[in-house]
Amino acid sequence: MQELRSGKPTVTDANASILDRAANAAARATPEPMVKSVRGLSDWAVGWIFIAPTIILLLAINIFPLIWAIRLSFTNYRANRPNAEVVNVGLDNYRRILGDSDIWIAMQTTAHFVFWTILLQTLIGFTLAWLIDRRFRSHAFWTTIILIPMMLSPAIVGNFWRFLYQPQIGLFNYVVSFLTGVDPSSFEMLGSVRLAPWSIIIVDTWMWTPYVMLICLAGLRSIPDYIYEAAEVDRASNWRQFWSITLPMALPFIMLAVLFRGIENFKMFDMVNLLTGGGPGSTTEVASITLKREAFEKWRTGYSSAFAIILFVAVFGLANIYVKALNRVKSR
Amino acid sequence: MSATAHSVVEPSRTTKRVAGAIVILYALVSMMPLVWIFMTSFKSPPDSISYPPRLVFTPTLEGYCNLFTTRTRQTPEYIKALGEPATTCDAITRSRNMVIAGPSNYWPRFQNSMVIAFGSTFLAVLLGTLAAYGFSRFRVPLADDLLFFILSTRMMPPIAVAIPIYLMYRELGLSDTALGMVLLYTAVNVSLAVWLLKGFMDEIPREYEEAAMIDGYTRLQAFWKVVLPQATTGIAATAIFCLIFAWNEYAFAVLLTSGEAQTAPPFIPTIIGEGGMDWPAVGAGTTIFLVPILVFTVLLRKQLLRGITFGAVRK
Repeated sequence: MQELRSGKPTVTDANASILDRAANAAARATPEPMVKSVRGLSDWAVGWIFIAPTIILLLAINIFPLIWAIRLSFTNYRANRPNAEVVNVGLDNYRRILGDSDIWIAMQTTAHFVFWTILLQTLIGFTLAWLIDRRFRSHAFWTTIILIPMMLSPAIVGNFWRFLYQPQIGLFNYVVSFLTGVDPSSFEMLGSVRLAPWSIIIVDTWMWTPYVMLICLAGLRSIPDYIYEAAEVDRASNWRQFWSITLPMALPFIMLAVLFRGIENFKMFDMVNLLTGGGPGSTTEVASITLKREAFEKWRTGYSSAFAIILFVAVFGLANIYVKALNRVKSR
Repeated sequence: MSATAHSVVEPSRTTKRVAGAIVILYALVSMMPLVWIFMTSFKSPPDSISYPPRLVFTPTLEGYCNLFTTRTRQTPEYIKALGEPATTCDAITRSRNMVIAGPSNYWPRFQNSMVIAFGSTFLAVLLGTLAAYGFSRFRVPLADDLLFFILSTRMMPPIAVAIPIYLMYRELGLSDTALGMVLLYTAVNVSLAVWLLKGFMDEIPREYEEAAMIDGYTRLQAFWKVVLPQATTGIAATAIFCLIFAWNEYAFAVLLTSGEAQTAPPFIPTIIGEGGMDWPAVGAGTTIFLVPILVFTVLLRKQLLRGITFGAVRK
């Protein structure tokens, strides 16, 4: 495995280290020049002509605003008062965010959400993948059915789960009461401080378990049969085969799924915004909801820009730490 | 357990049966919310909030009528004076002592969704195809760094991006315009398009183009006549992924559009009826909105894995 060519771990490299095939493809990113020149233009120049429009668009729509946000994060600018004097406050915004207990509570809420969704999705997703890999009849059809929730719009999903979670009339409460005998109007998934964090975890797990399942399934299918055949010859028990072949060989895939889900759920906004809007109180106020409230309700643009930059750095930090762990697992 | 007649690794029949039963049970349970919302769209408002929840009910189109219209309450005498109802919706509305006042905003929002989704998909795939070809076939300086940069733009938290975009669009007059949303979704999607399409193009042997260029094709002709036809499947799959993203997107839409250019996702949650949520109308709006996605999921099932991992896992 010739990973981390540049020495710095990137997601590019993470992906490359997942499959040798992908690594080879990445290595071909700088291919042999096919022809030295095209009508007077060097290969280098033609390549750039193909790539330039994309880069320009990304610079205009992503990078320029990002730089703008960085600049605003050092000011007390408020977007709802465009004519007010803008004062440069230096690092004050950052200092206040790091000392703001509300922000820390939001980060804890986010961590709780990310931890439980990933744990549940990995357990259920891997189990499902393993079962599907038993290749029972019609497994392809049922796999497609299972995949449907993850293709839907998280906002629409959040909206109709609000209906399912209605106390008394909602399907969720009804099913729970049917199975456990609890009075369906005795608990409110979205309205109670204790249950609301779990209500968003349940919906996220419903929606994204198929995602983890699909990646795990690819991992299980990448294990060649001859390894199991050899284990069978050596009379290794099924249990032993699972722990020494199946799990270690599927692990890079499981971790890839965890990485993607972790990053996505760290920035979770739409589903939670529609389901609970951060409530009741701020019990489900994950980081993105706090950011939206600061930026588009309280209109503290400078302050929220600083928070946005911190979140942005955090996402990249998480991704990088994770990629290092991924490579360590891979090289074992 | 795994020792069977055919192969040592083939699971036994019992294992298969049990595994199948559990997976099918999971699939059925996970489909319940969707089936429920579909059923709700054909219920009358009282049926939709009855307790216990109703499995058997008389289907009605009231939800769909309410979704597409706005209604006003009238006296029974006024309604009687109107004569025969012209459409089914007229009849349903009048039975509730109301008359249709005009079309609702659902259809314009749905149209916005289509225009913005197709527009941004077209642009993202166009730019993505060019860039992917560039990365796949030419020695681009700093190619790995550029590819990582392109991917990283998609990792940004949408709300964090929306703050400066909101200010920029306000300056440029792009707030609440379809053009602004198309540009934004194109920028988000182009990263996915480049990554996926680069994978597809890497799989096309470069010997094809070399042969064509030896035969006298120019570089552009070779790209157009040799590479593009080979990449059709990949381009189609990529386009559907971009389409799904733009179709489903909510965070940017809710923050950057409010009226003219609003898409369906921020609109559907705002559907309310008289004295509470009009769940059948919400169900109807959701059902209509989700049907294209269901079709695409079935079409894409073979390419799904690749799409959701940015081409990292190909299988």
